[in-house]
Amino acid sequence: MQRTRTAWLFLAPMLVAMLLVAGWPLARTLWFSVTDTNLNDLAAGRFVGWQNYFGAYGLFGNAGYTEGFWAGDWGISIANTFKFAVVSVLLETAIGLGVALLLNQEFRGRALVRTAVLVPWAIPTIVSAKMWGWMLNDQYGVVNQWLVDWGVVAQKIAFTAEPAYALWTVVAVDVWKTIPFMALLILAALQTLPRDIYEAARVDGVHPLRVFWRITLPLIRLPLMVAVVFRLLDALRVFDLIFVLTSNSSATISMSGFVRREMIDNGDLGFGSAAALSLTAIIFITAVLFLRAARVRLAEDTR
Amino acid sequence: MACARGLAVVAAAWLAGAAGAHAATLTIACGSNAADAQFCARYAQDWGRKNGHEVRIYSAPASATDNLALLRQQFAAKSDKLDVLTIDVVWPGVLKDHLVDLKPYSQGAESQHFPAIVANNTIGGKLLGMPWYTDAGLLFYRKDLLEKYGLALPKTWHEMAEAARRIQDGERAAGARDFHGYVFQGRAYEGLTCNALEWVASYGGGTIVDASGKVTIHNAQAARALDEAASWIGTIAPRGVLNYGEEEARGVWQNGQAAFMRNWPYAWAMSQAEDSVIRGKVGVAPLPAGDGEGARPAATLGGWQLAVSKYSRHVEAAAALVMYLTSAEIQKQRAIGGAYNPTIPALYRDPELLAANPFMGDLLDVFENAVARPATPTGLKYPAVSRAFWDATHDVLSGRVDGAAAVRRLEGRLLQTRRAKW
Repeated sequence: MQRTRTAWLFLAPMLVAMLLVAGWPLARTLWFSVTDTNLNDLAAGRFVGWQNYFGAYGLFGNAGYTEGFWAGDWGISIANTFKFAVVSVLLETAIGLGVALLLNQEFRGRALVRTAVLVPWAIPTIVSAKMWGWMLNDQYGVVNQWLVDWGVVAQKIAFTAEPAYALWTVVAVDVWKTIPFMALLILAALQTLPRDIYEAARVDGVHPLRVFWRITLPLIRLPLMVAVVFRLLDALRVFDLIFVLTSNSSATISMSGFVRREMIDNGDLGFGSAAALSLTAIIFITAVLFLRAARVRLAEDTR
Repeated sequence: MACARGLAVVAAAWLAGAAGAHAATLTIACGSNAADAQFCARYAQDWGRKNGHEVRIYSAPASATDNLALLRQQFAAKSDKLDVLTIDVVWPGVLKDHLVDLKPYSQGAESQHFPAIVANNTIGGKLLGMPWYTDAGLLFYRKDLLEKYGLALPKTWHEMAEAARRIQDGERAAGARDFHGYVFQGRAYEGLTCNALEWVASYGGGTIVDASGKVTIHNAQAARALDEAASWIGTIAPRGVLNYGEEEARGVWQNGQAAFMRNWPYAWAMSQAEDSVIRGKVGVAPLPAGDGEGARPAATLGGWQLAVSKYSRHVEAAAALVMYLTSAEIQKQRAIGGAYNPTIPALYRDPELLAANPFMGDLLDVFENAVARPATPTGLKYPAVSRAFWDATHDVLSGRVDGAAAVRRLEGRLLQTRRAKW
């Protein structure tokens, strides 16, 4: 009894701190999301119930979406976010795996290469976005200059302005930036693999590709999945790359961009909070579904 | 000798400090383009030295949209970090609850300025900003190239596009592969709203929302105007213009790689700078007219005001700085050095000013009759209205929808934004 009380006593400051830094903002966002609060005067918001979610002007089930949910800005931002997240995470995982396999080989200067590979990940996203923005500029950009010099294209391409390219440009920059992260996580997994299996396989003369499919991949699957979940959650809240790199129209807007736009640019804190909570829910559901799907496959393998 | 001067400086500093019994540290938000930073900072700090205050410069974001977003966050937090703000002509309605009424400090100085701008800055009887400079969209053209190809100054958008195409074809054939006919601001931000309002108004398509608050954008002339503009993309304008703001457009222009440019007057002084490759080759004219019913040349009213934050700890000193910077003397200096249009009509007869900016006298009526963005009728919701408009325009420019579909959808969105009332 005494011990329990002492435990609570020692835990109390931590609990209070948690409530202050996590509970309070969350409660406030919840409250804002059912009001029409404007950034102009935070105290003037009135309670509007579910209006921000399902009302005539809400996020979901909106009478204003005459051309369907997916034509509205919220629908577009959800679609953009998932397109970005799925494609970039797939590419990052595939290329990261390749880089990790290379780095796992013994060769001279391996330590140096491993460090060098980290550079893109070490550069802050804003800086790399700005840097790529200039490199991809349609008039002065070095990338366009090369493409023209090599005769690949006749007219310079507006990578970040053209809606057809803009989202894929963002994907490309994100892939460039995040490969090191994936490669390092996968490399860490690779280094834990027992060497004797590989020696046995070599003695038996098993084809290297078969070794990869039958030994390496199943053994690193769990850490690989963890890495993918990390990246997926990260990618679903993408904001800065898109904000800095593209023209920021609804053609490339992400869910986080939508939230910022409603809250800050339009000052609509109530509606923006509703969007922020929906964003959280969408990411949460995606993570749960992904983990469940991955575990099902793992379970099949063990049978 | 040196020692004596040093002593004098110390004494002067001490005296200045004693004279301004409450020496304050003020922060002023200046624009971030080179000329703005230079002139705003120079005169503000001059004033500070004379009056024993320290003036710090805060460089505001180049994009007006980002700038406003940042200010709103600062105000929501009641931050006292900024004392003097530069605010856009469309912001008084959005920021009205956070700005100081300058009437008690102006001693009637506002009566010297354009009455329309003073009226724009006065909400509920409070003078929320002093006019700092006025602005309207202008057509910049290359005099030498029009002459070279024997072309007249275009009066309509059609003629402009035709002339731009002729010059572009000719220059590219002559080896300038990156030459473009026309550059403007096509990025999805407030600047695109200004450009697109000029197209729509010049075609007689109205001003998005009229003075009574009625949504008027869904009309055939507005759709035609947007379609016309979309036809420039990838033909006379580079596709990259979809991501250009003022400075990106000016970059292409000032490299001598464009025949026409739509921009604000500040671009004049920079085009005429010592190191500019197009120095002496630049002409300035009113923007072209559209065609069809109600067509006329139209320019969007721009311009910036100086305001004082309600959360400033030195309101009095900040207001004094605002009055100094908006005075006739400083406005004249900025007009001569930076081509910023004064807001004091009397200055437009000043010979020194007209010698530096020959176009200002001729274009006085462009500035006086410029089209206002619908900021007054839409109040706090103006940012959302403007965003919906530039988004719709960007969709048309990038070829995702045609003008007719865009204005129909835009009307729906604006009604949705308005809900019960603006």
